[in-house]
Amino acid sequence: MAHYGEKKVAVTGVGMSDISRNATKTPMALTIDACMQAIEDAGLKRSDIDGLSSYPGADNNASGFSPIGAPQLQDALRLKVNWFSGGGEVPGQLGAVFNAIGAIAAGYCRHVLVFRTVYEASARKMSKQANALFDGGRAHGQLMNFAPYWAMTASVQQALYFQRFAHDYGLKPETTGRIAINNRRNASLNPAAIYRKPITLDDYFASEIIATPLRLFDCDVPCDGSVAVVLSHIDAARDCRNPILRVEAVGSAQKVRYSWDQISGEALARQATISSSAMMWERTDLKPSDVDIAQLYDGFTYHTAAWLSSAGFCKPGEENDFVGDGSRIALEGDLPINTGGGQLSLGRMHAYGQLHEAATQLWRRGGDRQVQKDLTVSINTTAGGPLSGCMMLVRE
Amino acid sequence: MEPTAPPRPLPALNDDNQAFWTGGSEGKLMIDRCGDCRAYVHPPTPFCPACESRNVAAEAVSGRGRITTFTINHKQWMPGLPVPYVLALVEIDEDPTVRIPTNIVGIAPEKVAIDMPVEVLFEQVEEVFVPLFRPVEG
Ligand SMILES: [Zn+2]
Repeated sequence: MAHYGEKKVAVTGVGMSDISRNATKTPMALTIDACMQAIEDAGLKRSDIDGLSSYPGADNNASGFSPIGAPQLQDALRLKVNWFSGGGEVPGQLGAVFNAIGAIAAGYCRHVLVFRTVYEASARKMSKQANALFDGGRAHGQLMNFAPYWAMTASVQQALYFQRFAHDYGLKPETTGRIAINNRRNASLNPAAIYRKPITLDDYFASEIIATPLRLFDCDVPCDGSVAVVLSHIDAARDCRNPILRVEAVGSAQKVRYSWDQISGEALARQATISSSAMMWERTDLKPSDVDIAQLYDGFTYHTAAWLSSAGFCKPGEENDFVGDGSRIALEGDLPINTGGGQLSLGRMHAYGQLHEAATQLWRRGGDRQVQKDLTVSINTTAGGPLSGCMMLVRE
Repeated sequence: MEPTAPPRPLPALNDDNQAFWTGGSEGKLMIDRCGDCRAYVHPPTPFCPACESRNVAAEAVSGRGRITTFTINHKQWMPGLPVPYVLALVEIDEDPTVRIPTNIVGIAPEKVAIDMPVEVLFEQVEEVFVPLFRPVEG
């Protein structure tokens, strides 16, 4: 298996700005905080960074979805790079990481800085209609199929998939509730998280219905913040400060229709999670039972539930039993999930908060929320729309 | 004063999708279909993924289908938006892989269900005839 390029790549440093609902700094200042922290964490200097990658590229509007792109950051930090990339047409939110892995494996770069910056909380305070998907006028591209039906937000569209998943696999609201409760409990132990007050099943059931079956507590939290990760060639990583976190496998396969409305069959409930997961497992000798912790995407709680079976931790339809009373997915359980609070409670850092958390746990810097058992293998997954992606890290 | 309901945001029309979005002017739901192998192609695209033919053109279908999935939206995403409303994906009777995002009308939202038979109707906004669906009578 050693010929797979991602195995030559390691996570060497991570950084995170303040994550909040009301930033006191500009998006650029937050981005610089995260990026400089990640570079320093790796034991590197700005001049060591020879690649730059970001998701989803600057959108240059007031939505706050992506206020800073690779060009702005490259210039701000005066980086001299061999390669850079920023864009949203990638296999899920971690696509910028997959691109960076490819660039390192191809030999373009040795140390790639990857970042994700959001400013959605502040943007919404300035305009109630700040919308990442639609800014008025006529709708173009795939959005046009939904626009006439007042379905311009991810919540309403994803509720369609959530409904179908619940219909096909019998997913119970108690199960998605337990996922939300687990994330909040983990967030209560994470000083960086936005929402830290523990919640109960009663709180979950009392939370506002957004779009059936989606409740407010099923939804992640728009926020302001930035996360950065340094990826390095494994040879260069050995000279860095932290223990090696090698990329064991990547799953980027999109073998279902890339359409919010035309996916059918199993994919209507599960989107591309099946094909991306299959690719990840094909590229490693490890098995789901080898995974010590999982950061499973939680843009909405049902994503996490779907990923439990898509990643192979249980069979489809067994998500209710797997989650049970929540003890198995808790910090003390067999498979601790979303150990930093996830997007539901830490804030919607679009998979990058959870990548930061995976490294934090594997490096045993988790403080009060540190998983106590030995940790070697971690997976991160993404979802949303028809897309997904996943990756596995192994601490050497 | 009560805010008025916002107009439906409209798609940008072009030669590929014109028939789908304006077929309602004649009461017809127009779906692209391959002239060679007769496969349906949606969204409208001048290529048949089944046989690679470019001989694809819109044809009227029955306008009947089933609800594949749906959500009852309760959140007022913009001022004046009438809630609750039902967003659904409808699969057409002729080909269940052809999915049409739509609003389900003419029924109390809480009575909508997966697999419910529905039929098309149209709401004109400017030059666009937006396909909506309602339960099949009887
Ligand atoms: Zn054909």
